[in-house]
Amino acid sequence: MPPLLEAQHVRKVFRSGGGLLQADSTETVAVDDFTLAIDGDTPSFTTIAGESGSGKTTIARLLLGVTPPSEGSVRYRGMDVSSLDRDQTRAFRQDVQAIFQDPFEVYNPFYKIDHILTTPIEKFGLASSRQQAAEQIDEALRTVGLRPEETLGRYPHQLSGGQRQRITIARALLLKPKLIIADEPVSMVDASLRATILSSLHKLYTDFGISFIYITHDLTTAYQVSDKIVVLYHGTVAEAGDVEHVITDPKHPYTRELIHSIPVPDPGSAWIEEAVEEKDVEVSDEATGGCRYAPRCAHGSARCAQMPPLYRLDDGRVASCVLYDGQEPLESGDLTRIIGATPQEE
Amino acid sequence: MSTARELLLDIQGLEVHFETRRGLARAVNDVDLQLFKGERFGLVGESGSGKTTMILALLRMIKTPGLIAGGRAVFDDGMDLLALSKEEVRENRLRRVAMVPQGAMNSLNPVMRIGEQLTLTMREHGEEGTRDEMQTRLEQLLERVGLKPEVTGLYPHELSGGMKQRACIAQAISLGPSLILADEPTSALDVVVQRQIMQTLRQLQLQLDATVLLVGHDMGLMAQFAERVGIMYGGKLVEVGTVADVFRNPQHPYTQLLISSIPSFDRRGTFKGIPGVGLSLLDPPSGCLFHPRCPQAMEDCARQEPGLTQLGHGQHVSCLLHEKEGTDATPA
Repeated sequence: MPPLLEAQHVRKVFRSGGGLLQADSTETVAVDDFTLAIDGDTPSFTTIAGESGSGKTTIARLLLGVTPPSEGSVRYRGMDVSSLDRDQTRAFRQDVQAIFQDPFEVYNPFYKIDHILTTPIEKFGLASSRQQAAEQIDEALRTVGLRPEETLGRYPHQLSGGQRQRITIARALLLKPKLIIADEPVSMVDASLRATILSSLHKLYTDFGISFIYITHDLTTAYQVSDKIVVLYHGTVAEAGDVEHVITDPKHPYTRELIHSIPVPDPGSAWIEEAVEEKDVEVSDEATGGCRYAPRCAHGSARCAQMPPLYRLDDGRVASCVLYDGQEPLESGDLTRIIGATPQEE
Repeated sequence: MSTARELLLDIQGLEVHFETRRGLARAVNDVDLQLFKGERFGLVGESGSGKTTMILALLRMIKTPGLIAGGRAVFDDGMDLLALSKEEVRENRLRRVAMVPQGAMNSLNPVMRIGEQLTLTMREHGEEGTRDEMQTRLEQLLERVGLKPEVTGLYPHELSGGMKQRACIAQAISLGPSLILADEPTSALDVVVQRQIMQTLRQLQLQLDATVLLVGHDMGLMAQFAERVGIMYGGKLVEVGTVADVFRNPQHPYTQLLISSIPSFDRRGTFKGIPGVGLSLLDPPSGCLFHPRCPQAMEDCARQEPGLTQLGHGQHVSCLLHEKEGTDATPA
């Protein structure tokens, strides 16, 4: 059976400039050759992590079918998402839900909160009666830790950012999706609420078997919630594997730099004092064919002029770096073998 | 460390109110805080806690419907920041008190080259010199913040986020202030760049022997950058102490919950949020502002507003649990 959702050798190039009067246009490779499948039956919690410009949001948009790939394809149950018919689109939209970053932008301020919850029930015919619909809403709100009597009947502006973000989660939950793609769901929420919202998401994974793709720049929360992680650098995969391995013992020089840059909430480390080499190298968005990180990398050498494949390391992770030359490369760059729910038992 | 240091700024009873149609909001509520010369102080709080309002008050940038309703902020030479005339505020800005803004993206003039902006700022604030002298100063200034001289001829859109933030720091230190107020200066930047910028800010702070008041909600950043921290909740300062005391031995129940809610690389799969919802400044609870959410609340907490109690090592906490054991309130 084909997987629930898969990206096959997806590449996305954005062009800018090159209008009538401009001689040349510039190409930005946002995502370069990304392959990953999410299984519908075995739940998984995967983080796609990267800094700004890494292509993480583009991957989310490609997987949701809102941005078409320049090359490769995105498939829902084996069918290309760009050519789904009405019923298939409907099934796709029910199975794969999205939660976005900004809990302020996704609401129509003129409608009460009830509207955002009753709409999916009506559109997807989830309830046979008003009574049943009300019960479903009640249950979804309680699951994300909201009290229905304090939430329903109010307008978006009467709720806090954290409450609004939990309502989007409740809305996604109503549809009983197989997969939720959450793009920076807690980056605009206060620290004390972050934990509450992440625990709501994690509960949907553990108690309801919903798979997650958690898109974030924040490796600490990624470590908290996910099992597997993919670290992106300028559209390419730097490292991927078990979150425990990748975060506590990073192998790719970029992942190492990233993790060592995080200020830990434990006073007394040398974060502020230890000299960091300042390489304010502007990384060109144009693909040069070589390792994208090489200009910033302490290990950069002539060998980096060619894009290294994702090498398999002993603990079941992959890293795209010539330091691991000699290891077996990952077959066709398919991350499913590394971060799929059942990677080794094939 | 604070005991050996000289006092730079003594803030007493600072009150900032916003008069709204729905009532009065006390955004900064009777805050006492002492800042020492050459220290890095971190002011932490969630959105709406009053931390940004507090530094805007020190900059005298509170706009209607907000107003500074009371208090003093007295410099070591006796000058009260809150009592200055408009003209005096202008004379002291950048020279004594400077700000590094949050969104470097929006705080530079998009149609003016970096060099022109910085020169104009210096001239507007009374610095004089020939074109060549100013150019030399400009290049020295850029070098100090880690920017190349070529940056003078560039427009803001030609700079990366990190370079823009460096340009803003250059502006802030251009007249050698003794107090630098930094409002989440790196929240829009990636972590690798964040570390470089914070290291630059620290080096400059040491060179100038300036005091930095860093405002933010990133507890990791506070732990690494600050020497002392203050925790704000609902416009009140609820705890002050050295970074080691506050992080390792927090005394206020809110601080304790805040510290345990921080995700870290030590604990996986544990999520501890703070129960309840943030307070509304228009309708604050009676007594201690945190009592409706506090797991250790007592009967008195709804009736009695706690003062600031000194606990030793310069750690202060505003909580009835400590009011009996400690000595009486002295400004932190």
